[in-house]
Amino acid sequence: MTRVQNVVVESVKTVLGWVPAQWLPGGTPDPLIGRSAAIGRQASRLDGPQKVSGQARFAAEVPMEGLSYAAFVHSPVTRARIARLETQAAEAAPGVILVMTHRNMPRISPLALISITDLSAVGNSSLPILQDENVRYNGQVVAVVVAETQEQADHAAALIEIDYDTVPAKTHFEDAKARARTPASVLIDKNHVTVGNAERELTQAAHRVDAVYRTPGHNHNAIELHAVTVAWQDGSLIVHDATQMIAPSAGALAKVFGLKKEQVRVLSPFVGGGFGGKGLWDHQILAIAAARLTGRPLRLMLSREGVYRIIGGRTPTEQRVAIGANTEGRFTALVHTGYSIMLPYGACPEQYTSSARALYSAKSVEIVQHHVDLDIVPNTYMRAPGESVGTFALESAVDELAHQMGIDPIELRRRNEPERHPISGAPFSQRALITAYAEGARRFGWEHRSAEPGTRRDGEWRIGMGCATGSFPYARMPSTNVRITLKRDGSAIVACSAQEMGMGTSTVQVQHAADRLGLPVDMITFEMGDSSLPASAMAGGSSQTASIAGAILAATDKLTGELLRLAGNDSPVAGLRTGDVRLTDQGVASLEEPWRHESYRSILDRAQRDEVSITAAGSAPLEMLKFAMNSSSAVFCELRVSDVTGEVRIDRLLGSFDCGTILNPKTAASQFKGGMIMGIGLALTEETLFDERSGRIMNATLADYHVPSHLDVPDIEVIWTGIPDPRSPLGARGIGEIGITGVAAAIANAVFNATGKRIRELPITLDKLL
Amino acid sequence: MIPLAYHRASSADEAIHLAGAPGARLLGGGTNLIDLMRKGVEQVSDLVDVTALSSSIEESDDGGLMIGAAARNSAVAAHPLVRSRYPLLSRAILAGASAQIRNMATVGGNLMQRTRCVYFNDAAGSRCNKRAPGSGCDARGGFNRYHAILGASPHCVATNPSDMSVALAALDARIHVSSASGTRIIALGDFHRLPGERPDIETVLEPSEIITAIEIPPSAVAANSTYRKVRDRASYAFALVSVAAGLTLRDGVVEDVRIGFGGVAPKPWRALRAEAALRGQPATESAFMAAAATELADAVPLSGNGFKIDLAQRTLAAVLTELSGDRR
Amino acid sequence: MAIRINGAEVQAPGDARVSLLDFLREHLHLTGTKVGCNQGACGACTVIIDGERVLSCLTLAAQADGRSVTTIEGLSADGALNPLQVAFIEHDGFQCGYCTPGQICAATAMLQEIERGMPSYVTADLAAERATLTAQEIRERMSGNLCRCGAHNGIVEAIMQVATERAA
Repeated sequence: MTRVQNVVVESVKTVLGWVPAQWLPGGTPDPLIGRSAAIGRQASRLDGPQKVSGQARFAAEVPMEGLSYAAFVHSPVTRARIARLETQAAEAAPGVILVMTHRNMPRISPLALISITDLSAVGNSSLPILQDENVRYNGQVVAVVVAETQEQADHAAALIEIDYDTVPAKTHFEDAKARARTPASVLIDKNHVTVGNAERELTQAAHRVDAVYRTPGHNHNAIELHAVTVAWQDGSLIVHDATQMIAPSAGALAKVFGLKKEQVRVLSPFVGGGFGGKGLWDHQILAIAAARLTGRPLRLMLSREGVYRIIGGRTPTEQRVAIGANTEGRFTALVHTGYSIMLPYGACPEQYTSSARALYSAKSVEIVQHHVDLDIVPNTYMRAPGESVGTFALESAVDELAHQMGIDPIELRRRNEPERHPISGAPFSQRALITAYAEGARRFGWEHRSAEPGTRRDGEWRIGMGCATGSFPYARMPSTNVRITLKRDGSAIVACSAQEMGMGTSTVQVQHAADRLGLPVDMITFEMGDSSLPASAMAGGSSQTASIAGAILAATDKLTGELLRLAGNDSPVAGLRTGDVRLTDQGVASLEEPWRHESYRSILDRAQRDEVSITAAGSAPLEMLKFAMNSSSAVFCELRVSDVTGEVRIDRLLGSFDCGTILNPKTAASQFKGGMIMGIGLALTEETLFDERSGRIMNATLADYHVPSHLDVPDIEVIWTGIPDPRSPLGARGIGEIGITGVAAAIANAVFNATGKRIRELPITLDKLL
Repeated sequence: MIPLAYHRASSADEAIHLAGAPGARLLGGGTNLIDLMRKGVEQVSDLVDVTALSSSIEESDDGGLMIGAAARNSAVAAHPLVRSRYPLLSRAILAGASAQIRNMATVGGNLMQRTRCVYFNDAAGSRCNKRAPGSGCDARGGFNRYHAILGASPHCVATNPSDMSVALAALDARIHVSSASGTRIIALGDFHRLPGERPDIETVLEPSEIITAIEIPPSAVAANSTYRKVRDRASYAFALVSVAAGLTLRDGVVEDVRIGFGGVAPKPWRALRAEAALRGQPATESAFMAAAATELADAVPLSGNGFKIDLAQRTLAAVLTELSGDRR
Repeated sequence: MAIRINGAEVQAPGDARVSLLDFLREHLHLTGTKVGCNQGACGACTVIIDGERVLSCLTLAAQADGRSVTTIEGLSADGALNPLQVAFIEHDGFQCGYCTPGQICAATAMLQEIERGMPSYVTADLAAERATLTAQEIRERMSGNLCRCGAHNGIVEAIMQVATERAA
């Protein structure tokens, strides 16, 4: 974001500070808080039967007549100009329909980068896509082969001969630090924050820690490979995609290919895992362009290596955290600065200082992020961008300080718990981190921890406990629309273009709509995954549930008005206005006189209507600016470290979450655990091996990039405060990403407790503990 | 993959005949070869499926074991005679890959599997003397955490990834091979080559030969044996270091010992020096550490795997200590 | 010869390069078997051949000629979910659902392996006729099936429940 945006956001926040809370959305708590029926129930996933029987259809599984298959050729060099390109052998190979290179790729409009202010801007890269002879990063697609079968396409791709004139490339992180940029803002936060003189306070502090923490690059590694099945039909475009941004992608593709918005339909009813990686990248655009040239439907599935080559992952980070404290353990200085990759042609600033802005009160603060520029595929958002790796540094440092001071690390955190947002001064909408810690500690048996490292043993294994705070901001996306259609038989269909990647969106929103509309859950159908439905925003920032909930809330208000209008003067609810009634018991009822009730069936019967349908957008999410809305968690870990081999085995992991209302305990627990398991990988095994000599990722396989296996994952316990957030729809805040935060630090802190060794560089592999 | 013909051999003779064609390769479970063909590391025009050849697992006349080359890895690991007499072999196989892959892979194929060096596997973008002789080695100055500290050469530092072979090395297994000109038996220790100047030639098997069986001699020391694999993920990962060992003691003194190392060398590494150092010595942890140090005295670390020297010694000492157990 | 797939006989494809996985998905439209890596590193493509779980991505369709293949589609006869599938739903043993068919096929064969006495790397006593089914045994035996959403706990619970019910 620009400095101008900084000013705008800051001034909106300032103005909002003067507006009474009840004027804002969420100002009056959602009436469903505290009177829900379906919400809060353990409900199994509605799409479960499809998923366990192999019937759920993913993007690469859509059958089409006359389907063709594509294969990519990736550049093995980093910066170059293509000097010679020989495609004849490939074109002559059996089954080949098309070889597409920069020579014959249609000219397209550039893709707008993901932006906070333009929701149809969803590009992860603004580099030209096969538009010229230049290679700008290692792995870039330089040719596309389309053939009758996948085997033929793959073989022909290997027949293309390319000579490259290479030029020097920026591939060394350490070297690039010297030329780092310091942006004005990081997402919607002002980047450089200075409160007092933190460096001076640090030197004068009674206690201080000051260390550098490093995290490597990561890849999302959703098990489903990125794939599209595309078809052009009479100038219109149908894209079956694996995407977490259905409507925004449709809008962006229309711009890229010069089409009207209505001419593009993106469908993605099931996505085999996203985690930030299933956005709009080169492959969809290349597949669509190739299908346009051949006039044939086309299927493209990236190889696993291809995913690593052209879908960016999480940037490596180098973070300095320094904390100064007085003799009572109150923070007098908090410094969090560092370096990460952010390309001029990329979109994700990896806001690793986000937690330092929200978690602690400190007398002085110094926060700033620096951006390093390399010649690589743009890094992007990956589960809890920022907080996942930022909490590793921050929460390791807090643990280091607690050890140095001889204070229990939970007590140290309690002493520095802020009353208002430490930077903005905004009131918290709701915050019960200390409660989460207390309940988590009791449940976990924290009192059995030995404060002295290296004192617990079981045979060759040293045993340790650690804890850390997790944190993730609330978000609700503007421009989320839903359509509610109430049928004469009393059933309802709720529809929007939202995406299902395993969060259980439809399950939870059916529960929500049931309570909102006063219907049993089995009378509600939720339609999603199709850009022809009312547009909802991308699934990102753990915002989808709140965003759709806000839209359903808005649509219900409009629907209530429409029902009252249709009810007319011969109804028990005649004369009442929207604010006087609520939807309950399959109909409309007076708030004051609940016996005044008329069923939907009766209203529609009398009005002789088969259905009533309302489309509405959620209100502007101004609550995010007025209040500090942050979820937090207390993560506890007990583990063993082998004295012989340095291997780490997690025995127990517990997350105690403060995330507002929990809408479906079953699917919520799974989301939390899923994040925590990705946190185990972050802590112990995951690392994208980027060879700085070549600029090439060397472990572009699931055999060499180690996501946790079953044996790495212990039984995980998840609890929550469940305290509703009075400023959000349903009292809920997002839960998709917070699970990963704090975990790496809790594990690193437990490793320290077990061994006395402080590991400040992830992953914590056994060689670091020998 | 290049266009391909698939043949299924019904006898060793037929396999030998079919495999003689240029571009032909034998196909066992395919768990390594198919992947390498897809990656463009292997160019194969004719696949000769040999899984219909002998897969029997039988006690041999001398009380050892004869295993048909087409026996699946999982069948060997589960066999009652293997579990009772050669537990290190059962455990080594069970430590490898995943259940699915063990169900597919044959023992003959396992012996022939190729290194998992990431530069070897990257036909499109990396230099590798094993894949393309004379092209150079990108592993030496690159990511070499999984690479060799023993037996490597300036031309290649890759490791052999097999778990099974480590146990077979400790067991003095013999490999039966056949060709049109007859049969011969190769000691497992002689089967895999060190890279020297020709890392592309990995075994002494001639192109015209096929593996028909693996023979394991009777072994008293194997009755008290195990396999420990140290890796970056708790399961389904290649070894950083692994140890296959068998031990017999008499009055607290090492009577016999067999040791194989995995993950540290271009071939399954039989630790003959450590074994010699231990025979007749008291079975103490310090003696185990000293013997391990003897074996690793010539170890040469690379930029990213120096920890393996220490790790290999500690792991060996721990395994032998465990095997000493209450027999001490 | 022919390949028997979920009880029906089909002819192997003409192109010998076609993997069993692609044959199932692209030729037969049995898309329940998933592609996660196409290199034997994730288990999403697990099917059962002649009673054994294998990876269909590293199996050429030609290799399956004359053999009997069961896919996820073959595990729920006439659309009725089997106990393992029901348990996966009950214990929320999946989120996105993509690795799920592979997990279920692998678990199906794994339970038979245990009944046959197959040990695992974490089985303490190799001489025992049959390993005691612990969570740790299930985890080790299922480690060839990666899950990125993090449904591991639910998967292990679902398998344990079915195994316990069968033993009862």
